[in-house]
Amino acid sequence: MAVLTPQRSAPDSGAPQRESRRIGFSQRLGRWDVKLSPYLYISPFFILFAVTGLFPLGYTAFVSVHEWSLLGGQGDFVGLENFTFVLAQPTFWKALVNTLSIFVFSSVPQVVIAITIAALLDQNLRAATFWRMGVLIPYVVAPVAVSMIFGRLFADQYGLINAMLNTIGLDSIAWHGDRIASHVAIATMVNYRWMGYNALIFLAAMQAVPRDLYEAAVIDGAGRVRQFFSITVPQIRSTIIFVVITSTIGGLQIFDEVRLFDSIGLGGPDQNWMTTVVYMYDLAWGDQHSLGRASAVAWMLFILIVVIGLVNFLVTQRISSNAAVKKPKRKSTTGGNA
Amino acid sequence: MLSSTRPTRRTAARTLQATAGVAAIALALTACGGSGDAAEGESGDDSPITLKVATFNNFGYTEEVLAEYTEEHPNVKVEHVTAATSDDARANLTTKLAAGGEGLADIEAIEVDWLPELMQYPDLFTDLADPELDGRWVDWKVEQATTLEGKVIGYGTDIGPEAICYRSDLFEEAGLPTDREEVAELLGGEDATWEDYFAAGRDFVKESDAAWYDSVGGTFQGMVNQLPEAFEDAETGEPKPLADNTEVKDIYDEITASVEDGLSAGLVQWEGDWDAGFQNDAFATMICPAWMTGPVEERAGGVEGWDVANVFPGGGGNWGGSFLTVPASGENAEAAKELAAWLTAPEQQSRFFESAGTFPSQLEAQDSEAVQAATNPFFNDAPVGEIFATRAQTIEGAPFKGAHYFGIRDEVTNALNRVDVTKSQDADEAWDEAVQKASALG
Repeated sequence: MAVLTPQRSAPDSGAPQRESRRIGFSQRLGRWDVKLSPYLYISPFFILFAVTGLFPLGYTAFVSVHEWSLLGGQGDFVGLENFTFVLAQPTFWKALVNTLSIFVFSSVPQVVIAITIAALLDQNLRAATFWRMGVLIPYVVAPVAVSMIFGRLFADQYGLINAMLNTIGLDSIAWHGDRIASHVAIATMVNYRWMGYNALIFLAAMQAVPRDLYEAAVIDGAGRVRQFFSITVPQIRSTIIFVVITSTIGGLQIFDEVRLFDSIGLGGPDQNWMTTVVYMYDLAWGDQHSLGRASAVAWMLFILIVVIGLVNFLVTQRISSNAAVKKPKRKSTTGGNA
Repeated sequence: MLSSTRPTRRTAARTLQATAGVAAIALALTACGGSGDAAEGESGDDSPITLKVATFNNFGYTEEVLAEYTEEHPNVKVEHVTAATSDDARANLTTKLAAGGEGLADIEAIEVDWLPELMQYPDLFTDLADPELDGRWVDWKVEQATTLEGKVIGYGTDIGPEAICYRSDLFEEAGLPTDREEVAELLGGEDATWEDYFAAGRDFVKESDAAWYDSVGGTFQGMVNQLPEAFEDAETGEPKPLADNTEVKDIYDEITASVEDGLSAGLVQWEGDWDAGFQNDAFATMICPAWMTGPVEERAGGVEGWDVANVFPGGGGNWGGSFLTVPASGENAEAAKELAAWLTAPEQQSRFFESAGTFPSQLEAQDSEAVQAATNPFFNDAPVGEIFATRAQTIEGAPFKGAHYFGIRDEVTNALNRVDVTKSQDADEAWDEAVQKASALG
């Protein structure tokens, strides 16, 4: 045996090893199955995202460092020239300020009013479904139609709102002449469209708030307002963060309303209400036909959204940490129940 | 017909029958171009094709007219798609051209304003040059769509000879003559100048609540279209520095001075306020290219008193007009070319003038009975055919519009609007900003 074993082990050395390797492989397969298949199952989303999201993002970066005409296609590599060109344009900075201003005029009232509407809809109303569907109607109306209607309301000389102001003895507002007035007008269109949608999201969150919390609050003598601020708002915190972030992203990409606010759609003769997205569009499809410069703007807008998104996240996080005292308590009680 | 290899009695008779139709010459043209196409036409008979025609606004291409073409070419089915505005059509065309031509129609209508940008890439379009069609259009219309190398990228459809539209009722209230011949004289007659036009306006606004003209944008457009080389050097295509452009500055000063005197209604064309201005007697005159009669009628429905005066300050002028192009990426370029030639034939175009008010760019159509005798009931039965035909003859040629034209023109228009519409700047500030912005284009 002592002699034989090494002899046998020599040719067979492969066999047990191979066997053990086979076992190892199937074991590894099994391990991979457990570890990898969840990722495999969700991979279609990420593959799609890579194709439709990540690839364009990267390709835009590629385009942005080239001279690239809409019709002529790829030109010379120019490095960061497109970025420096755009950053040197007063129109870009004006558009950026407009974007932020319109964003503030739209997102802030939008979230505040949506949450109020949701709180009202959360009451015991007759025909609740009717009211709830009602707030969604503006969302269903095509943005172009909204813009056409509001265009008539906000017309400078023969608009409905100015006519009403005049009848009660006030001066007309130059909706297309005054910068802030034009921002308010555009923000109104945006708010009209998104308020109901956000209200429904808030409403869904509010309905998930345990009713016994309210009952307890009533027993403690809390009024409606106190209930709203002390129970409803903290309880739907995560939904508020979600809505704030989505409306931030939407608010920084306002396009349709601006395009349709006047007949030319490039923010008026002063570019008073031109947003960054419209500026980007004008660079690519306007007189310059420069996809390179437009891509540079697209990237800067992307970075801006990421930055503002982070600020947003931190601020809302701070708000929610006020309620952090409650959080561990809740966790411990659920843990106790389990 | 003559080129047919075996001219039997039957085919000859059939051809005769068909030729008797409205589109006699068009048919003859297609048949004459025939011998080369004969083989292709036969193979075409076997394989029915659908040709897609994309236009915008209203070209007058009705189902009936297109069906006529199918009657003559049984294998060809014509599909017509219309975009609401020329801007939509332009965005669609440029985007799809940029994407390699996928999804474009076989025939794409383009407006003269987009020509400069498209002429830089003539390879994207089929060469439509055809000696058979020499002399069909006014010369300058063909020149516009011809590249330096002699390639023709589009067949002309309509042109926009300009006249002055006016409100005879407002003229009467202000004590001005109302008859269209007297008005033409009032505005300067045959050698009317812009000075005459604005002087008449200064008299008018003293006596009336209404303004003299609708918008600085439209007026500027009319005036600047008369400069042969407004913003660029025709030789080199390089932009002229706006700061030293005295011709444009003179026009700018003339318009801003008229704004100061209250001649402008402070409107922007195609905007809601402009639409409403028609109903509110906001202005008494406007620059009227032939195709503008349609939009005016649309907006001024129920307002009586509109008329057209056979006069235009500063000589003739053309505003707008379109072409039919055949994108090179199309599969049936030859058949599309034939259809484009048919659609732009004088017979068809004079019918489109009747149905859609698009004034023909074809000499024969301009002289045709249908055009010459046309009147417009909305404009107090003005003989619009005759008026615009006379106006068309005063057009000397097409101004040079290169790749920088629209960028610079838009900056000046914006400056005028800042003075007149938003009133956010005075004339000098607005001009300085336009100069600065125009130099940043590029």
